[in-house]
Amino acid sequence: MTQTWCDRCGEAAAVGAHDGCAAARLLEPPRFCAHCRRRMKVQVLPVGWSAVCVEHGEIRG
Amino acid sequence: MPEILDQARNQVLENGVGLDEAGVLAVLNLPDEHLPAALQLAHDVRMRWCGPEVEVEGIVSLKTGGCPEDCHFCSQSGLFTSPVRSVFLDIPSLVKAAKQTAATGATEFCIVAAVRGPDARLMKQMREGVAAIKAEVDIQVAASLGMLSKEQVDELVDMGVHRYNHNLETCRSYFPNVVTTHSWEERWETLRMVRESGMEVCCGGILGLGETVEQRAEFAAQLAELDPHEVPLNFLNPRPGTPLGDRPVVEGKDALRAIAAFRLAMPRTILRYAGGREITLGDLGTRDGLLGGINAVIVGNYLTTLGRPATDDLKLLDDLKMPVKALSATL
Repeated sequence: MTQTWCDRCGEAAAVGAHDGCAAARLLEPPRFCAHCRRRMKVQVLPVGWSAVCVEHGEIRG
Repeated sequence: MPEILDQARNQVLENGVGLDEAGVLAVLNLPDEHLPAALQLAHDVRMRWCGPEVEVEGIVSLKTGGCPEDCHFCSQSGLFTSPVRSVFLDIPSLVKAAKQTAATGATEFCIVAAVRGPDARLMKQMREGVAAIKAEVDIQVAASLGMLSKEQVDELVDMGVHRYNHNLETCRSYFPNVVTTHSWEERWETLRMVRESGMEVCCGGILGLGETVEQRAEFAAQLAELDPHEVPLNFLNPRPGTPLGDRPVVEGKDALRAIAAFRLAMPRTILRYAGGREITLGDLGTRDGLLGGINAVIVGNYLTTLGRPATDDLKLLDDLKMPVKALSATL
């Protein structure tokens, strides 16, 4: 599936530079679904995280 | 050697009496060339009055986001355009998180909720969660649920919560610039009730909110007056969508100066690395802080952001020959 949206800032992944977002994501979970831009329900745990998009399901890291 | 460090050597190291506000300010204003000496003295104070052990803690968010308060640094406020959405953690996942934390050797597990204060639903979830953890995991349980009533304080004691975190966040004079939906005094009142209950008081704050160096010293003095069992020291990690989202991070040397100064203000407290150290200090600065007055760490992830892997911190402690405090030493 195409990663259309930046999962940190929620803007179009192909528009503008997202280097800052990529750097920040090393210490952050995703907040936006990369496929549909919906804000995800994110639970950070001591080890790992989960993020749920109502349309595209759960991802874990 | 600057006069303030000579004074601190006699007063703090030898006699265990913390620096006052003026003394803390003098340390915060030390030029860079004296920073190593300040850190060494703070380390000596920590070793003399606390010992070499490091208390390791994990934290988890039981209720994330949707908070009605407007703490300007916080991505969990429902009043800002932060991307953080509301989510509740279920009890099995809470117990799993406690087990993950205990597996690192941590003795503390703090359950946190983004609320003004707990409602009946949250207190019920806490009661069930704490009981489930105590039944399955060998770890001390702490809580951070915002402002409490006296009845809620007593209920947490009854659950077996041994330490309560409620940060003042910043000094009294700067607090209205950071939070407008409640007052510094309301937070102080919760802390007073927690202390009276016999629970250990955990109270710290965040540096880099826009406070002056003088206000940083004021904050250290106010914390010293409170005399908490533990002081978690955070450095602002500017969060997108919050009013402080564009603030710069604290300079590494200023962060280290603050660590030394807070240790010299509170020689016996547990001074804990909390959020923001990864971006403010990096790996090398983290090491410097542990050799400059810090004697506790939050390992693993934070509430909405990620931390260093616990294994990295535990290896660092091993390299520094700083033993992790055992559970038996905390009871």
